[in-house]
Formats: sequence, structure tokens, C-alpha cells
Amino acid sequence: MWASILIASFGTYVEKLVGYLLPHHMLERESIRRMTGLLPVSMLAALVAVQTFAVDQTLAIDARLFGLGVAVVALLLRAPFLVVIIVAATSTAFVRWLGWLP
Amino acid sequence: MGWKRGGRQTDGETRSIDRNALGIGIATGAYALSFGAISVASGLTILQTQTLSLFMFTGASQFAFVGVIGAGGGAVIAIVTAMLLGARNSLYALSLGPVLSQKRSAIPITALLTIDESTAMALRYDQSKKASRRAFFATGISVYVFWNIGTLFGSLGASALSDPGILGLDAAIPAGFLALLWPRLTGGSRSENRKMWALAITSAAVAVVLIPFLRPGLPVLFSALVAVAASLLWGKTSRPIEGE
Repeated sequence: MWASILIASFGTYVEKLVGYLLPHHMLERESIRRMTGLLPVSMLAALVAVQTFAVDQTLAIDARLFGLGVAVVALLLRAPFLVVIIVAATSTAFVRWLGWLP
Repeated sequence: MGWKRGGRQTDGETRSIDRNALGIGIATGAYALSFGAISVASGLTILQTQTLSLFMFTGASQFAFVGVIGAGGGAVIAIVTAMLLGARNSLYALSLGPVLSQKRSAIPITALLTIDESTAMALRYDQSKKASRRAFFATGISVYVFWNIGTLFGSLGASALSDPGILGLDAAIPAGFLALLWPRLTGGSRSENRKMWALAITSAAVAVVLIPFLRPGLPVLFSALVAVAASLLWGKTSRPIEGE
């Protein structure tokens, strides 16, 4: 675990460093710039979906989906980050406690 | 924040930069509470969690890293996922280089502080290099301090619980990713937002379909190919790279 933490930390730090040290033309290509801008959208959306529906390698609909729905409502109401997360977690815990969803 | 007043900037401008930097720091610090809690719930120790916040210091990558580890995806996939999400920081550094124009000895610290928030602030206060620089460092330092304090309290709090699932922490993870994604879906022009929604929904669908066939963590990496395809498809249409 420690090795992967240190490698990942070093790797993401070097990514930041690279932008200051490398000659500009290497990252200035429009196609690379565009792709790098789109990557977080794709991956964050995929992470939302996977963390909501995956139980190991099977799909499941459970209380997490309810929590995500509550998070969407909170975001639409422009709630701050922490509020979004707290209402998602507590609403999930609540429907579990009621026994409505696993 | 310990920033000296005065200098050649107007006092009002400096105060407004510092006030905004402090506010952004407090907001992200509150968010770090949930990172600390989720990281410990994913199986990392308090020290490991803190190491990520001290040295990786880029929120989306940190969340993704502990998410993949927690799902049993393994080290390699966790590292690659964190780095793909962190690739945008290279672009931030690239556009900040000329704005901040500093001594080479300052670059290691400047690089560490290069994140969504500090970049957005530096580019927002672009009336002078001095203002940009102050906005960058005030925001970077403020977020760094609050992010690490928040992480510590979050991980301490979660490690005091016996079963984090009871508190719905497993649902806090997708909610956290959604909160990171949200500004990228709603922050642009109408046509841009539509494109981002299309990209996000397609990527999510691809990942879900792949869940039964690939080991945990890999579906998210495959979804990165959707971004590659989209950037080829959409050709020259440009979009801003700043998120939150």
C-alpha cells in the first residue's frame, strides 16, 4: 500500500512539475489540450456510476442510488460541497435503517 | 493567513484576494473532511491518508485513488487512474508559467500548489502579474492548510467508527465525485454544457456496461477512451480547462 501511495503521489506531483519545466510546444498542441480538458469529465462521470452501481463485479441497485439522487437535488439547490456529501450519506443511512433498500 | 499588507498593490485589491482565498480554503477544507473519512473507510491508515493530502494534493485524484483501492481494483489501476485525472494539472502549470514568472528555485513549491482553485484564482486576477501571483499563492497556501487539517479530522473521525457503512459513507463517495463533476457540467455556455452532459452520460454508461466483465477500477480507465474519442470527434471546438 505504501509503495502505491508514494508512486501515485510522486507521479501526480511530476505532472504538475512538468508543465513548468518542459518546453511549451510539447503540451501546447490543441488536440492534447482538448483531450486533457475532457478526461476529468469522462472519468468523474464513470466514477460516479461505478461507485453507485458496482458491488465488486456485479451490478446492484441499492440505497446508494437514493443517496445519489438526494445529492443531485442538493447540487441543483446550489448546496456547498460538504452539505451535498452529508445529505447523501445521511439519506442513504436513513433508507437503510428503514429497511427500504439494502 | 499571515500575508503582509502593503506592497505596491492597492490595499483593497489585496484584501479582496485574501478574503476570497480564505473562503475557498475553508470550503475545500470542509470537503477534505469527507476525503479523510472515505479514505479510512477504504482501508488506508490515517498516516497514509495524510500522505496523500500532503504530497498528492489534488482532490479528484485522491478521491479516485482511494475509491479504486477500496473497490479492490489494485495498486496499478489506482495509480493510473489518479495520474490520468491529474493530467490537467500539467496544463494548468503550462498556462501559469508565464503569468507567475518566478525563480527556478521556487518551482517545486509552486508546482505542489498548482490545483484547480489556485489556477482559477490566478487567471481571474489577471490585471497584473503581482495580483495573479498573490491570488495563486494565497489560494494555494490557504487550500493546502485547510485541506490537510480537514483530512486529518475526517480520518480521525472515521477511524473512531466501527462500521462506516452505517453512516452511508459508501454513498458519500459517488456524491463526492458528482460534486467534483458538477461545475464542469454547468459552468460553461449552454452548448458546451450540453456536450459535457453527453460526454458524462456516455462515459458513465460505458463504465457500467463494463463492470461485470473487467476487474474493479478498469471500467473507469476504459471510460477515459470516451474522452479521447470525443476530443477527436469535436475537433477544433475549444472549451475552458478550468473546473471549480
